[in-house]
Amino acid sequence: MSDTVDYSKVVSRIGEKFGERVHSPEQPYGMLTLRTDRDTIIPLLQFLRDDEEMQFIFLTDICGVHYPDRAEKFEVVYHIHSLIHNLRVRLKVGLSGEPKIPTAVHVFKGANWMERETYDFYGIVFEGHPNLKRILNVDEMTIFPMRKEYPLEDNTRSDKNDAMFGRGMLPGQNN
Amino acid sequence: METQTAQPKIVAAPPGVEGPGYFATSFDRAIGMAKQYSIWPLPFATSCCGIEFMATMASNYDLARFGAERLSFSPRQADLLMVMGTIAKKMGPVLKQVYEQMAEPRWVIAVGACASSGGIFDTYSVLQGIDQIIPVDVYVPGCPPRPEQIIDGFMRIQDLVHNESIRRRNSPEYKALLESYGIK
Ligand code: SF4
Repeated sequence: MSDTVDYSKVVSRIGEKFGERVHSPEQPYGMLTLRTDRDTIIPLLQFLRDDEEMQFIFLTDICGVHYPDRAEKFEVVYHIHSLIHNLRVRLKVGLSGEPKIPTAVHVFKGANWMERETYDFYGIVFEGHPNLKRILNVDEMTIFPMRKEYPLEDNTRSDKNDAMFGRGMLPGQNN
Repeated sequence: METQTAQPKIVAAPPGVEGPGYFATSFDRAIGMAKQYSIWPLPFATSCCGIEFMATMASNYDLARFGAERLSFSPRQADLLMVMGTIAKKMGPVLKQVYEQMAEPRWVIAVGACASSGGIFDTYSVLQGIDQIIPVDVYVPGCPPRPEQIIDGFMRIQDLVHNESIRRRNSPEYKALLESYGIK
């Protein structure tokens, strides 16, 4: 391990291996962010984990995002961490059509619960996951609550004044 | 020099008939008076209100003054279920099971806005008040209520324990109430 690994090095190593399939590097708030597609994400995670120099061996988080107005309605975001270089990278995958993506459990065992959580809240299906069922919400829940089309509020409530909860209007208020 | 010692306060006798050498009162009254000062609470503390209960229980506020220092962590030996904190929908069945495991007579106090109505958590994952799944005797408002308020709520429970019939569990109203919650 002669020279230090930094973001430009990570980008060029990924570029050598994946070319155009991993694109749009940005650094919002100083954290390298790359975009890719559902067919590339697993080989990409594997490559970053197994590369002897970079060693992104820690999967910090997987989460979902819902963008109802975009063509790619759902996005899955992976955060990985190279402990030895203290570098973090964010990988984003936009999903058009059916919200489906291959599972990462074969690369990182820790992905198991993170993918279940993402499924639980967004209904994103991780193909090949060994046990894809709800993890945080009650099993009887029929919706994916973080999707924008579902209300955040509990619809069984009967005794609350909407205005006190930032919905509807107080008397005399007009916006 | 005479030293003064504090006299222990003695609970007043229940209403009854008194004469030389005897005192007569009703069974309910005498037993109610005794039970009132020997409640065993089961703390079901799930969030911030639970912290306030810890203060209530500890020496500053001292729940022991009300005869309730013996907290029961087994529902089988508890008289009073104190629900303190946000009850997520996933916790609902657990709470109900704890209630079902308690033997009669049993009382329930909902401490804080969350236990009473869902509080600020008007959201898909939180139960909007524990009275959706179990009957509640006393509600304590506040987010969180101060220990004084919890003690006040506890004293309202004591009033209930003191004054209600020892046969309340046999009354048709009580049976209907439990039935409405699907509790046998
Ligand atoms: S009522 Fe307020 S203090 Fe009590 S559990 Fe709810 S949020 Fe916490």
